[in-house]
Order: sequence, then structure tokens, then C-alpha cells
Amino acid sequence: MNRYPLWKYIIVAVALVMGFVYTLPNFFGESPAVQVSSAKATLKIDQKTLSRVEETLKGAGITHDGIQLDFNGVKTRLRDTDTQLKAKDILEKAFNPDPSDPQYVVALNLLSASPSWLTALHALPMYLGLDLRGGVHFLLQVDMKGALTKRLDSMSADLRTVMRDKNLRHAGVAREGDRIAIRFRDAETRDKARNAIADSQPDLILVEQGEGSDLKLVATLKPDAQKKIGEFALKQNITTLHNRINELGVAEPVIQQQGADRIVVQLPGVQDTAKAKDILGRTATLEIRMVDDSAGALEAALAGNPPFGTEVYNERGGQPLLVKKQVVLTGDRLTDAQPGFDNQTQEPAVHLTLDSAGARIFKDITRDNVGKRMAILLIEKGKGEVVTAPVIRTEIAGGRVQISGRMTSMEANDTALLLRAGSLAAPMDIIEERTIGPSLGADNIKKGFHSTMWGFAAIAVFMILYYQMFGVVSVLALASNLLFLIAILSLLQATLTLPGIAAIALTLGMAIDANVLINERIREELRNGMPPQAAISEGYERAFGTILDSNITTLIAGLALLIFGSGPIRGFAVVHCLGILTSIFSSVVVSRSLVNLIYGRQKKLTKIAIGQIWKPGNTASPAAVNGQK
Amino acid sequence: MEFFRIKKDIPFMRHALKFNIISLVTFLLAVFFLLTKGLHLSVEFTGGTLIEVNYTQAADLEKIRGALGKSGFSDFSVQNFGSSQDVMIRLPLKSDQNTSQLGAAVMQSLEAEAPGAQLRRVEFVGPQVGKELAENGAMALLLVVIGIVIYLAFRFEWRFSVSAIIANLHDVIIILGFFAFFQWEFSLSVLAAVLAVLGYSVNESVVVFDRVRETFKKSRGLTTPQVLDHAITSTISRTIITHGSTQLMVLSMLIFGGETLHYFAMALTIGICFGIYSSVLVASPLVMWLGVSREQFAPKPKKVIEGANEDGAVV
Repeated sequence: MNRYPLWKYIIVAVALVMGFVYTLPNFFGESPAVQVSSAKATLKIDQKTLSRVEETLKGAGITHDGIQLDFNGVKTRLRDTDTQLKAKDILEKAFNPDPSDPQYVVALNLLSASPSWLTALHALPMYLGLDLRGGVHFLLQVDMKGALTKRLDSMSADLRTVMRDKNLRHAGVAREGDRIAIRFRDAETRDKARNAIADSQPDLILVEQGEGSDLKLVATLKPDAQKKIGEFALKQNITTLHNRINELGVAEPVIQQQGADRIVVQLPGVQDTAKAKDILGRTATLEIRMVDDSAGALEAALAGNPPFGTEVYNERGGQPLLVKKQVVLTGDRLTDAQPGFDNQTQEPAVHLTLDSAGARIFKDITRDNVGKRMAILLIEKGKGEVVTAPVIRTEIAGGRVQISGRMTSMEANDTALLLRAGSLAAPMDIIEERTIGPSLGADNIKKGFHSTMWGFAAIAVFMILYYQMFGVVSVLALASNLLFLIAILSLLQATLTLPGIAAIALTLGMAIDANVLINERIREELRNGMPPQAAISEGYERAFGTILDSNITTLIAGLALLIFGSGPIRGFAVVHCLGILTSIFSSVVVSRSLVNLIYGRQKKLTKIAIGQIWKPGNTASPAAVNGQK
Repeated sequence: MEFFRIKKDIPFMRHALKFNIISLVTFLLAVFFLLTKGLHLSVEFTGGTLIEVNYTQAADLEKIRGALGKSGFSDFSVQNFGSSQDVMIRLPLKSDQNTSQLGAAVMQSLEAEAPGAQLRRVEFVGPQVGKELAENGAMALLLVVIGIVIYLAFRFEWRFSVSAIIANLHDVIIILGFFAFFQWEFSLSVLAAVLAVLGYSVNESVVVFDRVRETFKKSRGLTTPQVLDHAITSTISRTIITHGSTQLMVLSMLIFGGETLHYFAMALTIGICFGIYSSVLVASPLVMWLGVSREQFAPKPKKVIEGANEDGAVV
């Protein structure tokens, strides 16, 4: 009765072998590597890049332990960290000859040191979370209202252009909160304008207001247009963050949307957190506006009453400047920004390239305003600064613009980087941040590992002393549970965190329950006088229902954590839930197959090693525990 | 080895009332401390900044406090974290501060007054995140409770599910009571531990209830308290060994897991101890008071009405 059919043994054996194979990569550790990936969407990494890396390293006399190409880029494995640093410098020089305009991201990385046949089986080590490997984690909240405001601002500019093109005279276009109000002097113009706007801007709802000579057309965004703008802003911000992080040279950054208006950024292994934060947190946008140089206006503004439609900004160097509120151009129209030097003065400068729409607007505005000054503003964190306010000497066509003036070449570099990395479609705030130093990560691994190991050892010693052979079986089952759990986590490439390790330990501590239940049940059946073979069979069968019930209730708790948990809790919940599932298999099927192997073939089994069976009848009156019969 | 040499069923139910009174008193005490002292919530819930730094020698906390005070920080707390070299600095949420640069600012002021600090960890949590976490925690708790009640009602009987959940919520409140009384830090991982304990100690009740059901079905002539006594007695050895084993693991976490896992393991320890007590000595009497009896488990003869379709409706 205690024999398994062959196929059951085979299943158990296959499961154990698979478990072993997929757990294996975790023991090989990681070796240093250099990763070359593309910094630009247009640049593809392919076999050619791989051979270029190979040749570059060969030329420099650096031997490597293998080069591979995957979706992340070309990864070169190196012997030690010294070679790694050397190789990185050489590759950096070869691939990015112009450091101000990096085409590739050359980053230090770690590769699994497991043999290639394991990697070919997709057996990879577990992915370690930031708390174990060190790095930065940010949760950014995208300001959707800000995105809408920004969009409305640029829409007001578009509306002005539409009306000017159609020769419709209006008495002012202004954004009032979340709507745009356009004033007209007569109803006829308003009707014409209404038609023109409705044709060119289908996303707007237009309502007529006012009477007499004060007529208004109020435009608001349609709800689904608002939604689209929000989604677009989020996507744009993610792209921008990607670009910025590429500049940082991080090997495996995680940039993901979370919920409707949040972005998670994880930068494993980043040591210079201050710089990361600086680059990420900067929300620089470029705006080009006209300067109001009319006599006395600046003095009035400084005295507290600026003329309508203007505001005061400080120039680099501190001089105040009166700038019109109307934005001529924004950074959205920018396709490239490069640091460089002014041709005539040799001052550090930033060269901008505008897209075709931007170039046209720029051409119009420079043609109409020759002799006047225009201000180029860099707006960071809601605070604007006039980078430069040059006088327009002539019409500028072709969309190539140069910003110069009182910049150091370092500042020119930074400004170019910020502008090139793209402007954010909506402002963002860091609402959660975690920085974990690399030493703390290593400590956490050690602590988690030790807790699990000593806990496991203590349980093993106790189980074997108390249940003898059945204790050994239980411990083996528990070990196989650990094996399966790690194999599944490696296979799923789930992220292991410190709470995850705690969950492994806890799950093991709880999983032993199933074996205790079984062993106690067998003892009890033996106590009641059942022959050993029958007792084993009965013990397993009776305990199974209980094991199932108790695991399902635990699983319910695990699932609730998974659904509502975030961050560390989710890491805990994933491991906990998986551990419950593997524990059912290992404590019931694996342990049973072991018991069957040991005892199943013995026909005349009179004694099994499950520890001392104490029967009340041995020492006292047989009156006890008789409720069963 | 055999630890449990029990000759007769232990008459637990005779003392049911006493146990329930003890539980009620502990429970009320826990509620009292929760209400008066409240939980010492971690930065994750309240929002704020937490900075862990490490010195090569024992850190001079007074100097660090002085340095922070000089730099214009207020309402901060500086504590040792695990060892005398590790220092944890907590800063409350302030709307006027540029939070993203706070970590760097703190390090700068430390560098000036108490140099040699190495930054180990910075955590910053904004106000909206904290609120959400608290809400999600409450939702998770609710979902666990509902899920378990439904499952147990489906597998056993409503009396069992109600008493199991009352017994285990009583554990949860007692764990929280401990955290309130000692003002231990209640963090996200402690919340995870509390919910894990909820699932775990329910399974304790399930084991006992399973036996109750079995005994009801098998043995006639025993009164309900006797059945419960028998069920508890025959599972007590398993109960204690299992919990002992789990506790060994938790103990190992408590010893080796460091400060980060300390309160997690602490919550589990309390949960495991009270889990044994409550599932045996709270849930079972509750089942009894709720009026469980053999009839509820007698296999019901399936009556098939002639002409009834699959849904049982007579057409």
C-alpha cells in the first residue's frame, strides 16, 4: 500500500533535478563585466557592435572571458574589477569619442558567473533587489494638472497663430485656470473665429460668453483629451527619464509606470546617488519669450506693479529683466542641444537645433522683432532664470540657435545635457526615495542567509532527534522545498529582497507543520494499534485534508498581501505565496515518495523509526483516549 | 522521544470561562494601550526622511544632534541602530524643505561637526504615500478576514469561521497592543508579519477544528465539551511541536537578522505565542458558546425530489 507507481517517482525525480539545475546559478556568484548599450533610440546594437567591442579590447590587449549580445546590449565578462575598470575606460573612449555627445552607454555591470550551459537553459541567478545589492529607488509623482496647464499654454499660442493666419482680430487670448478665454469686439469675428478654432483644434469645447462689445469665447479641453494628455505626459516623462538615466550610465535601470500618475525608477549599483537625484530631479524646461524694454516698465515692475502680461526674472548675474508672459517657444520644439563655443567671442555656448515647426515660429518671431531683445529662460523646479537675453539682429532661419553669455564651459555642458535629455511634459516630485549603500546590501544578504541557515539547522536537529527516520525524511522534504522555492524564484526572475529572504525563512518554519502533522498522525495510528504500513498510509491520508485547509488559509493571507502590498511587502508576499505552493508538494509528495522508497517494499514491517511511541496502556490503565473507537 | 504523555483528555472546556475572561482582559488592555499610547508608526506610514549612517568608531550621538541643530534641522531624532557605530536619523516631513536634497544636506552638516560618517541608507516617503500604505494595509487586513471567513464557512461551518476569525483578530490586536505598549516601531514589514501571523494562526484553529469534525463524526456518546477536549488534547503535541519549529526559525531571525528584521521577528514571536493560546483556548470555547453540535456534521441524506432539475428547482 505504500508504493508509488513509477511515474510518480519520475515526477519527483524530475522536479528535484529541475530544482537543482535552476538553483545552481545562485551558487556561482557574479563576475565583473562591462556593458555597452545604445544611448539613442535610433542606434541599434547588433552583431557589428559586438565585433567592434571585441576588436577594441583586442587592440588594447585586454583579454576577456566571453562576450554576449542580448536585448540589453553587448556584455563583456572580465576577470577582475581592475580589468573591468580598464576595459570600461577603453570602450568609453572608443565608442564615445565625443564625451559631450555620447552615442553609447558604457556601464559597469555584474554577470552571473555560472557556466554557459546553465545560461543556455535560461537558468539565471535570482535577481537581487536594491536592498541587497545597493542602489537608488525613487517613486515619482507626475503632476497631471501641471501637464494640462502646460498644454493649455501652448494651445493659447496656437490659437493666436490660427487667428492671425485667418486675419481675425481678437482682443486678447489668456489662460484662466483650466480654460482659455479669447476676447472679441464683435460677434461676427467671434463666429468666424469659432469656426476656425473648431476646425484646427478638435480637442476644445467652445462656449460663447459675454455681450455687447465684451464678447468672449471660452475654450476648455474635452475630458478624453485631458486623459490623453495625462497619458502622453506620463509616457513622455518616462522617455525623458530614460534619456537622462542613459547619460548616467547605469547597467540595468528600471523605469516603470505605477498606477495612473506615478513612475518608479530603480538604479541598481548606483553609488553616486547625489548626482542621480540631481539629474532625475531636475525638471528644466526651456522657454523663449520676448523682453519688455519699454521705458519705465521695469522700474514699475520692481516697485510691485508690473505692466499687464509681463513678469520679472533675474538674469544670470543678478540683473532683473522684464519678460512677457507669452511663451514664444518651449523646449518641446528642441531636437538637439550641444555644448560648444561661440564662433566670434570663443565664449562657451550651447547650440540648439529646433524642429521644423519650431524653426518656422522662430523665423517669424525674429523677422517681426528685429532690434528687440528675446529672453531664453531655463525653468527649473518652478523657478526661472534668464540664461541670456540677446538682441535680435536679423531674421534667423533654419532652426539653428546659439545660447551664449556668462556661462562656464561646465555650465554649458550641464545645460546642454539637461536640454538634450528632453524636457518633462509635466513636473514631477519625488514622493518616495530609498538609497541603499552597497555595504548595507552585502550585510543584508549575510543576515538573511544566516537567519535562514541557522533556523533550518535548528529545525533539522530537532526533527531528526524527535522523529528519527521520519525526521530525516521531513528535513529532506523541507530542503527540497527550499530548493524548489529558490528554483522558481530564479526561473521567474523575481526580485529577491530582504523581506523576501525573511519570507523564505518563515515559509520554511511554517512548512515543517505539514510534516509534523503527518508524523504525529502516524504515531497516533501506531498508538491505536495499527500495523506500521497501514499507519503510514493512514497518517498521510488523514493529514492531507488538514494540510490543505491550513495552507489555503495561509495562502489567503499571502494573496491579500500581494494584492494590497507595495514595495517591501510585495517582495515578502510573492515569496510567501510561492513557498506555500511548493511546500504542499514537497511535504506531501516528496516526503511520501521517500517514505515509500524506504519502507514501502518491506512486506513484513514491524517497526518504523519514528521515535518512541508512548502508549498510555504501557504504564497506566487502558481507559484513556478511547473516544475514537 | 515523546514529550506529550497524556493519559486522559485534558478538560480544557471546564475552564473555558476563565480562559475567555483572561483573553478579554488582555484584549482590553491591548485596546487600551492602542488608544492611549498609539502605535509608533515608521517613516513609511507617517512620511518623512530616515537616514542611516555608519561610523568606524562608536558614534557620538550628542555631537550629531548638535551638528543637525546647528544646520537648522528641528524635530529630528537620532538613535543608535543595532550597534553603537550605526546611527539612525529621522526627520519629520516639512513642506518648506527641499526634500530631495535632504539626505545630502544632512551628510554635509555631519561632515562638518561629526566627520567620518558613511551613508548607508536614505529613505524618504512623501505624505500621500504614507496615507496610501495605511489604507492598503487596512484593506489587506479586511480582505484576509473576509477570505478566511468565507473559506472556513465553506469548508466547515459558520460557527467555526466566526470563532476562528474572532480568536485570530484578538491575536492581531494583542500584537498591536504590544507594539503600542513598548512603543516599538511599526513598519511595513511588521504589518506583513501581522498579516502572515493571521494566516498562520488561523491554520492552527483549522487543525483543531478538523479534529473536532472528525471526532463528532466518529464517536457518538460524547458531549460537545468532551469532543472539544479530545480534539485539543490529541492535537496539542502537534501544535506545540509545529509552533516550536516555526519559533526556532523566527528566533534565528531575531538573533541573526539584524535590526531590519528585528521587529518583524518580534511581531511573529508574539503572534506565534498568542496564536497557540488563542486557537486552542479562545476559538474552541467560542465554538462551544456558539452552540456547535453533532447534528451539524451528521451526513445529510441527499433528498432528491422527483422532477427536480439540476438546480434543485421543481419545474
